Amino acid sequence: MLRRLIGLLGIGPARFAASVGLGALAITAGAALTGLAGYLICRAAQQPPILSLTVLLVAVRVSALVRPAARYAERLASHDLAFRSLGHLRARVFARIEPLAPAGLEAYRDGELLSRMVADVDQLQDVVLRLLLPVAVAVVAGAVIVTGVALALPVAGVVLAAGLVCAATVPPLVAARVAARSRRRQAALRARLTADLVDALGAAEELWLNGADARAAATIAADDRALVDVALRDAHAAGAADALGVAITGLTAVGILLAATAAAGKGALDPLLVAPITLVAIGAFEAVLPLSVSARHLPSVLSAGRRVLELIDREPQVTDPDEPVEALPRRSEIALRDVVVSRGSDHRRVLDGVDLTLRQGERVVVSGPSGAGKTTLAHLLVRFLERQAGDARLGPHDLRAYRQDDLRTIVLLGAQEPHVFNSTIRENLTFARPGASDAELRKALTHARLGPWVASLPAGLDTRVGERGRTLSGGQRQRLALARAFLADPSVLVLDEPDAHLDAETAAALLADLWRHAGGRSVLLVTHGNGGPFERCRRVELVTSSHRGDAADRDIRLHA
Amino acid sequence: MPTTSRRGLRPFDRRLLGRVAVARWALAADVAAGLTGTLLLLAQVTLLAAVIAGAAEGGLRQVPATQVAALVAIILARAGLAQVVEVSGRRAATKVMSALRAALVERCLRPGGAQLRHTGSAELATSAVQGVDGLETYFARYLPQVVLAVTVPVAVLLWSAVIDLQSAVIMLVTLPVIPVFMVLIGKSAGARSRANWQALVVLSAHFLDVVRGLPTLRAFNRGSAQISSIQETTDRYRRTTMGTLRVSFLSGVVLDLATTLSTALVAVTLGVRLVAGGLGLRPALTVLLLVPELYAPIRMVGTLFHASADGLAAVERILDALDRTPAGAVGPVTVGMTGNGHGAVPDPATEPIRLRSVTVRYPGRAASALDGLDLDIHPAELVAVVGATGAGKTTLGRVLLGLTRPDEGVVLAGGRPLADVDPEAWRNRVAWAPQHPTLIPGTVTENIALGRPDADAAAIEDAARRAAAHPFIQRLPEGYDTVVGAGGRGLSAGQRQRLGLARALLRDASLLVLDEPTVHLDPVAARRVADTVEELRASRTIVLVTHDRDLAARADRAVRLDAGRRVDPCCGD
Repeated sequence: MLRRLIGLLGIGPARFAASVGLGALAITAGAALTGLAGYLICRAAQQPPILSLTVLLVAVRVSALVRPAARYAERLASHDLAFRSLGHLRARVFARIEPLAPAGLEAYRDGELLSRMVADVDQLQDVVLRLLLPVAVAVVAGAVIVTGVALALPVAGVVLAAGLVCAATVPPLVAARVAARSRRRQAALRARLTADLVDALGAAEELWLNGADARAAATIAADDRALVDVALRDAHAAGAADALGVAITGLTAVGILLAATAAAGKGALDPLLVAPITLVAIGAFEAVLPLSVSARHLPSVLSAGRRVLELIDREPQVTDPDEPVEALPRRSEIALRDVVVSRGSDHRRVLDGVDLTLRQGERVVVSGPSGAGKTTLAHLLVRFLERQAGDARLGPHDLRAYRQDDLRTIVLLGAQEPHVFNSTIRENLTFARPGASDAELRKALTHARLGPWVASLPAGLDTRVGERGRTLSGGQRQRLALARAFLADPSVLVLDEPDAHLDAETAAALLADLWRHAGGRSVLLVTHGNGGPFERCRRVELVTSSHRGDAADRDIRLHA
Repeated sequence: MPTTSRRGLRPFDRRLLGRVAVARWALAADVAAGLTGTLLLLAQVTLLAAVIAGAAEGGLRQVPATQVAALVAIILARAGLAQVVEVSGRRAATKVMSALRAALVERCLRPGGAQLRHTGSAELATSAVQGVDGLETYFARYLPQVVLAVTVPVAVLLWSAVIDLQSAVIMLVTLPVIPVFMVLIGKSAGARSRANWQALVVLSAHFLDVVRGLPTLRAFNRGSAQISSIQETTDRYRRTTMGTLRVSFLSGVVLDLATTLSTALVAVTLGVRLVAGGLGLRPALTVLLLVPELYAPIRMVGTLFHASADGLAAVERILDALDRTPAGAVGPVTVGMTGNGHGAVPDPATEPIRLRSVTVRYPGRAASALDGLDLDIHPAELVAVVGATGAGKTTLGRVLLGLTRPDEGVVLAGGRPLADVDPEAWRNRVAWAPQHPTLIPGTVTENIALGRPDADAAAIEDAARRAAAHPFIQRLPEGYDTVVGAGGRGLSAGQRQRLGLARALLRDASLLVLDEPTVHLDPVAARRVADTVEELRASRTIVLVTHDRDLAARADRAVRLDAGRRVDPCCGD
């Protein structure tokens, strides 16, 4: 799995090597500084001529300068690398989930889940900053320093290598295990507490008005006690990793000191080297320090990675045909015969034997109670989902015979909750027709009756609309979506309850503008209301199977 | 791109420190263990230097067993103390977080305590639970480290002065770097984390925006075009952010340089003095090993500052929520209410409610939601409130319910100012069917019976029938025992609304506020609800906020609002 995650991050080998090299250099220079300084002092204590120390004096000063410089360069390089890989990662994930939308992302319709998915993707940058880089730096710096120590005294090299390996593995593994265990033990308790808090805070006024506030507070207090009990028990284990780290570092230093002293005592080692060997060895442990922090993050990074991989491994439900129809139909008539669409895990038939014809230039209003499958019908027409049975044609060919892009050039869906991007009015329009001129934008806005309003804004078309268009009213958002649809200029316009969240007057005005400027294109309007005051349009009612029978066209049957 | 401001919690935020009293013993243990550990480290360094000096001078053939034992004992003691620091830090974090949650619940579960949108409450709740992770870094690592950063340099200097005064002076001379660095941490390093954080937030928000808009993009065939846009946006932010980081990382360089240069300076000076004679190897080595310890704790503060500042963002959200005093809201029961239940609670079924010059403003909005509104609601009257979206209809309902307190003017219930009536008693008189009722996790029965947990099945079913909810409840897989709400079965907006209506009807209150009761309903259900309103009228006061002309026409009187003012006479009169 880690390999696939690394692949997703698209890490450039040269940049990665540069980061690792600089990080290792900084640690090595730090160890060298104390080692050289120790050697200098021991040598000086023998009171040699001062000139014989010149090289040492210079070396001490140089390593004192190299270390901060290397550290600075390493931090810049690693942050640059993390940014780059994050961009790469986002683009890759997006490319994978783009064909899934919207049917394959049904489970993410809830905004919370979507935000968590995005947070999961963001967390994967920790694979670079907290996992790959620290481990690689530790390996390189550790190897260099161990080699240096081993050249002076092989047995000290062995002790140091053993100590470093222990310090690099035991405390991090303990930390990771403890983190994973407390996550496991606390996850359910945290989730329950969060859910109860969300419910209570979100419904605070209703709970209070209904006199249910004390009950809700008691539930939360009980959740809280349970979580605190477990967390306090987990705290003891968490300190173990730190304790092990301190102990391993200290005992390794003592071990090397013993070995070096013994070797010097036996004449196998220049006594002057006892200090530098010991000091360099102590300095080497800087390389493994960050690994415990990395390990602590590892469980959550891995579970984020698992979720992201699970998502991008999904196969799109809707795919393009192997040999798509090249010639687009001249007449864009849509015909559904006995169409069945099942949804959800229980394969509930949302549309069950639906017949519907939308002739060229025709205007059809489909109404029906909530939950009758109106949105499903609208999504079917642009192949946002697949039917399980029946026949659906656009012109002479099956809907599935066209490329999705071609089909959606002809048939445009105006969604119930059109997304307004956190950008300018202009950018929210131009993606419907890239390269559209200002005159075209203004015409579309005028037809959607936003022209005077946009003209009155100080920044005009370049006014920012805020996250999800929150600076706009519900009516303005729907009108912006309508302008977008006019701009895209499809042959068939399918609108899914554009009036759902509007008050009656606003809705009626919006629908009136829709009919006025729909021109010669076919329009299928799905609505839970009566469809407004339209002339020249056919009305169809979606009925639920439980009280079927009064449908105007009697041509659509559904299960509730 | 939006500018995201971030003040951030300061290292010693008064609001946070004000809430740590619950954890004072854990914190004391935390700091005490950190200090003891440092003193032991100084002992370890001194001992180590003695052994090395002995070996280097050639007199020592082997490290004496007593010194080895002392070193091992010191190391094991430091390991134990490291554990104490971690454990007590976590205990402190857990306790503080739990206390914060309790305060949050206490503050929010009261009328007007916190008017949170659903997303806001989810974010806050997540912070309240996950925030403990950020506090762990703060208490277990950052806070002890701050204490060490102040005390250790003093200890190191004193100990060095005892061993070799001249070196201690050199160290003291390099020390002014510390205050400079502290300022740099606060400013430049803060700017670094801000720049970094801000870029990440903007990028994350952009990605989320595009992913949210995927269905729309797909409908317009623009999905794949966004792939390059994502990469370009990230690249643009990478370039600008790296520019900022190049400058702000310099603060780290300054301290790194101070550490290494003072080590080099001390080493070179010691070397020259050793050559000249008059200084022993042992004190020289001891001082040399002490120099890095002068700066180490301060460097750690810098590192941990960022780690804990990121984590503290969650805690800050909670502190902000606790600090927020919502305008136009009913104040805390204990201080804002003079009412204490004395005197009879006014009964809207028999006594009028009068609004006099009632003005309500919401923070962040220029226009008043209600603007000097005068309105008399007679006992057992059916009043329709009509008007465009944003005219103040819902706010009027909230004022009557006691959920929102007027900024100006007065509400008189049976002649008594509503502000003087015990809110706990008033809430028993009123019931509310909001436009978007919140379902609590539980069965349909539990949801309907929220305000009357002792209601029997017959009463609950009766309320459901009158709210046109019975037919769809029967079709649910488990009927009235179907679990709904978060994690349960999803219901449509219309179904939720009917459950909310049933909940309000079951309360059998004498003032019923119905907010757009038919807006999400199909015509059959809407007719049933209209019939229920007919049945209830005359026995209680009903305030009906609606756009539905048919429904409004049934009322005794229609009040039309526009921009928070009455614009009667109108259609219903």
